[in-house]
Order: sequence, then C-alpha cells, then structure tokens
Amino acid sequence: MLDSKIPGGTLDSKWTKYKGNVKLVNPANKRKLEVIIVGTGLAGSSAAASLGEMGYKVKAFCFQDSPRRAHSIAAQGGINAAKNYQNDGDSVYRLFYDTIKGGDYRAREANVHRLAEVSTNIIDQCVAQGVPFAREYGGLLSNRSFGGTQVQRTFYAAGQTGQQLLIGAYQALERQVALGTVTMYSRHEMVELVIIDGKARGIIARNLVTGELERHFGHAVLLCTGGYGNVFYLSTNAMGSNVTAAWKAHKQGAYFANPCFTQIHPTCIPVSGDHQSKLTLMSESLRNDGRIWVPAKQGDNRPANEIPEEERDYYLERRYPAFGNLVPRDVASRAAKERCDAGYGVGSSKQAVYLDYAAAIQRYGKAEVSKRNLGNVAPDVITALGKEVVKEKYGNLFDMYAKITGENPYEVPMRIYPAVHYTMGGLWVDYELKTTIDGLYALGEANFSEHGANRLGASALMQGLADGYFVIPYTLGNYLADDIRTQSISTDHEAFVAAEKKASDRINTLMSIKGNQTVESFHKRLGKIIWDKCGMARNAEGLKQAIKEVQALKAEFWSDVRIPGEINGMNPELDKAGRVADFIELGELMCLDALERNESCGGHFREEFQTPDGEALRDDENYMYVAAWENKGNSWELHKEILNYEIVKPSQRSYK
Amino acid sequence: MQHYSMNLKLKVWRQKNSHDQGHFENYDVKDISSEMSFLEMIDVLNERLIKEGHDSIAFDHDCREGICGMCSMVINGQPHGPWKGTTTCQLHMRAFKDGDVITIEPFRANAYPVIKDLMVSRSAFDRIIQAGGYVSVNTGNAVDGNAIPIEKDKADDAFAAAACIGCGACVAACKNASAMLFVSAKVSHLALLPQGEPERKQRVVSMIAQMDKEGFGSCTNTYACEAECPKEISVMNIARLNREYLQSSLSGS
Amino acid sequence: MNWTQLFSSSIGKKIVMALTGIFLVVFLVVHCYVNANVFFEHPEMNFNKAAHFMGTNFLVRLTEIGLFAGFLLHIFQGYKLELQNRSTRTSRYAVTAGNKTSKWYSRSMAILGTLILLFLIIHLAHFWVPSRITGLEEVTYDGQVYHNLYLEMQNVFAQPLSVAIYLLGCFSLSWHLLHGIQSASQTMGWTSKNYFPMIKKTGTIFSILIPFIFALMPLHFYFSWPTIKGAFTLLF
Repeated sequence: MLDSKIPGGTLDSKWTKYKGNVKLVNPANKRKLEVIIVGTGLAGSSAAASLGEMGYKVKAFCFQDSPRRAHSIAAQGGINAAKNYQNDGDSVYRLFYDTIKGGDYRAREANVHRLAEVSTNIIDQCVAQGVPFAREYGGLLSNRSFGGTQVQRTFYAAGQTGQQLLIGAYQALERQVALGTVTMYSRHEMVELVIIDGKARGIIARNLVTGELERHFGHAVLLCTGGYGNVFYLSTNAMGSNVTAAWKAHKQGAYFANPCFTQIHPTCIPVSGDHQSKLTLMSESLRNDGRIWVPAKQGDNRPANEIPEEERDYYLERRYPAFGNLVPRDVASRAAKERCDAGYGVGSSKQAVYLDYAAAIQRYGKAEVSKRNLGNVAPDVITALGKEVVKEKYGNLFDMYAKITGENPYEVPMRIYPAVHYTMGGLWVDYELKTTIDGLYALGEANFSEHGANRLGASALMQGLADGYFVIPYTLGNYLADDIRTQSISTDHEAFVAAEKKASDRINTLMSIKGNQTVESFHKRLGKIIWDKCGMARNAEGLKQAIKEVQALKAEFWSDVRIPGEINGMNPELDKAGRVADFIELGELMCLDALERNESCGGHFREEFQTPDGEALRDDENYMYVAAWENKGNSWELHKEILNYEIVKPSQRSYK
Repeated sequence: MQHYSMNLKLKVWRQKNSHDQGHFENYDVKDISSEMSFLEMIDVLNERLIKEGHDSIAFDHDCREGICGMCSMVINGQPHGPWKGTTTCQLHMRAFKDGDVITIEPFRANAYPVIKDLMVSRSAFDRIIQAGGYVSVNTGNAVDGNAIPIEKDKADDAFAAAACIGCGACVAACKNASAMLFVSAKVSHLALLPQGEPERKQRVVSMIAQMDKEGFGSCTNTYACEAECPKEISVMNIARLNREYLQSSLSGS
Repeated sequence: MNWTQLFSSSIGKKIVMALTGIFLVVFLVVHCYVNANVFFEHPEMNFNKAAHFMGTNFLVRLTEIGLFAGFLLHIFQGYKLELQNRSTRTSRYAVTAGNKTSKWYSRSMAILGTLILLFLIIHLAHFWVPSRITGLEEVTYDGQVYHNLYLEMQNVFAQPLSVAIYLLGCFSLSWHLLHGIQSASQTMGWTSKNYFPMIKKTGTIFSILIPFIFALMPLHFYFSWPTIKGAFTLLF
C-alpha cells in the first residue's frame, strides 16, 4: 500500500506542523553524512547549495560540461509566487487552488499547498542572490500574467527567467564547491543505482570524458534529473535531457507515477522538415498580447496579411470568452490540434496556427501616442511606435523566431504549433519527496507530485526551487537523523561491484551489437510512435498498437543498433544509445498508463472520453488516483494512491 | 522566405583526445536544406559517417535554443559563426550558399583543452565563479523581495550583464584568449545590485586572480569579444571591471 | 591586496600601459606645441628659445627623466604583454575573422609600437644626441647663446630619406594613438555607455591632428613653405 505520509492537521497547518516536529541532524553529524545529487538544474543546484550550506558532504553530478547548463536554463516566461504585490486578490490559497484546478484535480492537495506556501520565500531568496528580476520605475518587482490564472503573480527576468534563476542557484552551488562542502562532477552520467539492505547507498557514474565507470557512496541519493519529454524525440527539451537515472531507479524498485501525463505546449515554432532535431518554444507570455487565429475557410492558402478580419477565426476567444488566449496549455494545444486536424491549419505543413501581434502593435502604438501627447498622427507612426513597445517587451523572442524561420514576425503573424514541453509524471514520491526506495529522493520535474495532469505556466521553476531550497533540507534530515550511526560504506562492497558490473555489461552489449541502424534513427521512430499514438490525443486502439510497435522497436534496437567509437573515451553516440534504450522502455509504460486511464484529464486526452463540445471528460469516480507503476522485469504492476480532496471540490474545469 | 538546397565542402577539425595532435578532415555534404540549423547539418553528416563505419564528429550542444551556452565551434574564423548575436545552435543554413567551403574548428585557447574533435573543456569558468562570482547568502536568510528597491536602470544593466551564457566565445574570439568579457559580465551583474555590495571589493580581486591563474590572456581592448558574443554583452562591462578592480586595489581590501 | 599584486595582475599590467601611454600623450602635446613655432614668424629664434627653455629648465629636465622611464616602461611592458598574450593560444586558428570583428590597428599595437620605437631611435640620434652629447652649432640672440636646433632641423629635413622616415613615424603614431587613447580610457575604467562615443571621437581627432601637425614639419622644411604671419604665443 502506498503511504504518502501526509501530515495530519488542517491543510494550511500541515507543513508548519511537519517542520516543527521533524527530526534534526546536529551540525557535527551532518559533516559525516554524504549526499549524492544527480542533476544540477534548479532542483539539483538549489538542493546541493542548501545541503552544502547546512554542512552535509554533497557530491553533485551533471552530464553537461558545467552545472550552469542544465535545461532549467531554457525556461523563459517566469516564476509564480503568491506575493500579492499587485493587490489583485492573490493569496497562498488562490495559488494553491489555481494549481490544483490547472492540474485537473490529479495532484495531491498537501504538496500543492506547501508549494504555494514556500513560493514567496523563493522570490526573496532569489532576489537576495542577485537574480535581476524585472522591476518597475519605483524600484520594486514587476509582475506579469500567465495562462490559467486571473491574477498577476508571475515574476520574470525578460524572457530568460529560467536562466537567471539557475545562475543564481549555480552561483550558490559554486560557492559551496569553493567552501569544500560540495564536490562537483561535471560530464558524468549516472548509469546505475546502488542499493544496500533496501536503502539507496550510492550510484555508478560514467565519466563521459574517459568512459570510466566510477563508484560513489552516499547516505542518501537525490535524483533531480528533470523530465522525460525527449521520449517524443522532438520536444522543447535539451538534446541531452534523459530519463536514464530515474529509469534505473524505477527498475530497482522506485515506482513511476502517471507517466502518461505529458504537457504539450501550445506556442512552439512548427516543424520545418525531417531534419528537425528539436523544437523551440516561444514563451507563453506571448499569449498575453498575441491573438491566435486560423482562416475561417478550410484550406485557405492566401498569405496571412491578405485574409480580411471577418474571414479569420479567433477560435480561442470564440470558444473560451472568459480566458480567451490565456486558457491553460492543454486546452490551447488541443484547440490548435482540433483546428489543424479539421483542415484549417496554415503554413506549408498545414500543421500550424497564427499568433498575431498586429492588434497589439496598434493598441500599444495608440497608447504611446496619447502618452506622448502626439495628437493626430499618421497610421504608420502608430505602427512604428507600437512595434517599439512590442520589441521592448518581446524583442528577444521575436528575434529568435526570425532566426529560426527567416520570417519577420513584426510584419507577418508568427506560425505556431504545440510541442512536447514538460512531463508531469515521474518517480512517485511521498510528502517528503522520497520514492518507494528508502533513501532515494526525487525532486523537481523528475518527480510526479505537484502538477497533476497539467502544469500551469511559470510553475515548474517554482516547484524545482521549492523542492531544492525549502523542502528537501527538512525532509532529508528526517531520514538521515536515523542514519547518523551508519559509517561510509566502502565502494568495494559487493553491491557496488555488482552494480558496476551490470552497468559495464550493458555498455559492452550495446557496443557489441554492431548493427546497421543509428541510435538517432531509432529515437526518431520511437518519437513518431509516441507522438502519433500517445501525444495530444490518444485512444485505446492506438495505444494498444503503440505498445506492440514499441516492443518490436525495442527488440530491433537491441539487435541492430550501430554505435561507433570506443568505450574508453568520449563517445556521445554511446551516451545517447543508453538513453534511447531507456526511453524505449519508458515509451511502453507511457502507453500502458494512458491505456489504463479511461478518462480525459489535463494533458491526457482520450478521444473516447470527451464532452459533446470536445472538452476533456474526467471520471472522478474511478480515476481520482495517482497511477504508480512497479517494474516487474518485463511487465508492470499498478498501485493506486487515492487522492482525497479535503478542501477543493473537483468540478469540470471551465475557462469559458 | 525562399528555401533552397545546397552542397557544401566542410573542413572539420578532428582530434581523438587532448593528447592527440589533431588535423583537418574534408567532407562533402549534399542536399542541405536552407531551413536546417547548422548543428542539424552536422547531425546529417554524422549519421552518414556512422553508417559508413566512421566515428562521428564530437561537438558540444544541448538546449539548441541559444541559452545553455554548451555549443561552441569556430566557423570560418568566427566563434558561433557569421550571424551576429547568435549561438551556433541557432545559426541556420540560410547563412550559407551552394558551393561554400566551411572551416569548422574548436574554440582554441590553452585554458580550453580539447576533449575530442570540436569539444573543449571550459571548466576554468566554473573555477572563476567559485572564486567569488556569487552573493554569500544562505538559504532562508533573505529579506522580503521588495525590501530593497533597485533603480530600474541599474536592474536592467545588471540583467544585461547577467544574460551572459558562459559559452566562452569571448575567449575564442580574443587574439589574447582573454576572459575579461566573461568575468566583467559577472562582476558587473553583482556590483550593480545592492545585494552584491558587501562582497564587491573582494569579489573582483579574487575573480581576477583566478582568471590570471587559469592562463587567460589580458585584455587589449580590440572588442572582438563583444562583436562575437552571442548575447551581445557590452565591453562597457570591462570598463566597469577595470574600475572596480582599481578601486578595490587602491582602497586596500 | 598590495601594490605588487596590483601591478603584477593582468589588469595591473594594462594599467601600467595606460598610465605611461597617457603620460606620453601629454608629452606629445607639449612637444608639438613647442615645435609649432617653426610654422610662424621668426621661426628660428622662437623655436631655439623654446628648445632652450625645455633643455635647461630644472623642472622640465626632471620630467624628462620621468619621460624616459615612461618610455622604457611602456616599451618593455608592452613587449612582455604581447609575448604573454601570444602564449595563451599555442594551437592557432586556420581561419581568423580578421577585420570582421576588430580593427587591424587594435590588433597591431605591438607592430605599430615597434615602428614608432625604430623611428624614436632615429629621431633621438638626429636631435637629442647632438643637443645633449655631441654638440650643435650655436647662435646668439640678445647676447645670449643658444643651440641652433632649427638649423639641425633644416639639415635633417633636406634629405628625402629622413622626410620619408618621419612621415612613416607619424603615420604609425597616428594608428597607435587611434587605438591607444580609447584603449587607455577603457583600461582606466573611464568609459561608460554615455561617455564612450565622446571619448572615441576625441581620441580620433587627437590621433589624427597631432601626428598631422608633426608630419607637416619635415614637409615644411623640405619644401621650404613660407611661415604664417602672426604671433605664436609663447609661454617661455
């Protein structure tokens, strides 16, 4: 039976009470306790820095050449916090409520409330570190609005919020490296988890430069390894983002929760051809001012600027008058897919919709005219002024669009299409962020907890930092307090030897296949299966077929993959092969999970389960649970964590 | 935008590891679409090399959206290639035309040892940050985010400096392999903010000492770094760094 | 941190270059000012008197020691930095960006400096050595004896080769200053978003104007141009 260990008491007192009663480790003992942290994104860096500051001996690992390059850096839009600086009715409760509702009632209340509570501390901490958030002329912090909410609670640093937050955490981490509390292992990848007497006690890491396998002991292991969006091959994730560390843990007993909950982001630059290696996100903040539309006529091939106003269908504004272009991501993505599938798509691929700034340019231009008291001016002056304002607000995003597409978004509407962006699913964790393996924790996107079936914009950064700065420092102590008598275990221990052998056997097997197909080609095929059958819309038929296809692909991979180069030395193809092999296995589980969940909720849209007007149809009666999958070798067993809503009353999500 | 396809001649630096001498290898690539990114063009070549039984070309890359700072390469003599304010991963093949010869080399500097082919180690930058590129504030010590108002201009300038992605193109572009633009961006970012004030003097002195120790050259103000910086970090930050350094030294911190 | 640390750091070394450079620029202004007498009425007397003042005034002589020290420091430090900076990249690029991303003269300060140094040696041999060591013809104004440096100038600049060397020297100086002045300002941390364009402009005007006036001198003698009517205010 899964025990989520939610503390007693009223919702808003749980965390306070937990902190008040949690076991502590005294400073002298902390120095003797070693903690392994895998991944140095927002969750990993902030955890490493915080635990280092507390006195633990931390070893942090990342596959990139520097911890500063983790993919958190690519988050553009912002970070939510219930500061209510704008006096617009925000509160911890409202942030909690929005997140639960946005997640389509598939998240754990207690966790989400804790997240909302610590959100305000995150902003304070980041400001103190020197994160240059956007400010008003009065010198105070600026906020913007984001999808799925009606208050302005998003803090941002132009379109580079993730970068600035990560650099803040990275600097805190490097400070600890300088102080000697954290040892950093860059260009290292975790390839096996070491379990001794039922507890996670270390990892086997591959030094990606030399190819050597290294054994590392830790009293506890923290996986902060991000999401698994790259299972789709094309996603907004970084090329190296992978599920390997989490998957190794899963195969050794950590349950994997809600793998089918993946987020498709509505505003990405469309695919241009077969050569495409990744997709680029355009910040959701663009939906604040941009209007999304398709031609009202099917197969309209006229250039956007030649389609008159009355022949355009602003479908989000039409379908969701209350939230308009700011509906949550899953809703916006599905609506775009619906239009394109119905034959209204634009661009050469017809798999795109317009994101139009013409109206915003006019609106801002007119505001500028009156601000500057210019009186009656020619229309092109208004347009020029408006473009200036838009440039100031979104210049970097517009530039990026222009670089990638070769089109000028100030003149013609941008073309956008949904793309895989975030994975709500992940390793199952309890209230303390502990997985089903004792001593193994999962933080940030790597765990499943806070976002339910759909994540709201600007909440990923919040969760990563909440876990690392303000949750794990307490919950880890609660575990390690009982471990102070455990001496460091020698890495000559048989469990380390066995784990290393397992890892090395796998690498040798991969290298010895010497088949005919490249790793990349397998990855592409996997991505296509998952995107087509377990993407924005799924159905039982397709999922069953997908499972068969993925199984066949797995067999083919292990008999026909071709990896060049050597084991001893830098070999990016070998690194990639290990990751793709794990993605293939995960792909099967995703389809299985999607097939098992006979309802539509959040990012999981089963075509069989929808309202007459095409909205997601939840089945709270039968599916209000977290699906936690236990690996049984070649099959999986489902465990259910029933979700109890004490405060929020689940209802059909409506943004109309 | 008219799309087209092109054939190219590539001269690519191949080097097995840091001990190897390294040499240029010539490759012809065909039917490259102008819509591809530069790295996708190399992906295509790598796929072919693997199928032909050769080792693929190793190069650093990760986010492929111009923000992680992992991608590098010197393309026809320019770090990150010919487009201004653009990383290699965002450079698209529209920048080239049919028949072009493209020379691709790693970032070269003694402080950046080559790991393999086009991949170099930039860990020196991490050590420079360790020397003082932070605000010493432990988790939980912070006052309210709005407790200290910050002049918008200053916050904007700090942000502009903090936009540095630490890719090292400044070092690669500099005839002296100087890291001054990188260091100045970090020093400026923190010196401009009240939060960075308490450690301001010590920070600049320690970071420069580490920079010198790593074997980077000194700045002779040619400003090639600014011209090549994918985030267009201004050399005015270097002036600020010099100012900060001189002041800190004179006041005897 | 102490002074040795300051001047042994990479920035410190550059500060030495900047400060000595600025000092030498000041010298150039004075030198140019004194020599400009040759363009005006009574060139011989006014110039020789001014030169006499420069050669005999105690304070000026004292500064001259500083000037030599400044020159030596600027030269030695410059070469040392150049060597150091060259050693930071042992594996060279096959293709370089060249003038696409920086100005040729900003990358060629050592070469331009070397040309100026060669010129300086010739220049000292022409004027400083005879004036201070080997002796010059003398001339008397108002009962006082002066070195006739003016005559020496006439002699030197009667030879086309000398004129060519001096023109080349001025040319090198101009390019050296074009980068040097704004570079020194940058190293000293005087530049900022608002002032940089102004500093650059001023530096450019200076870098062209001063060497231009210097360049006119050999030409003036070689082509025996007439002097300009009017008084040239003298401080001496």
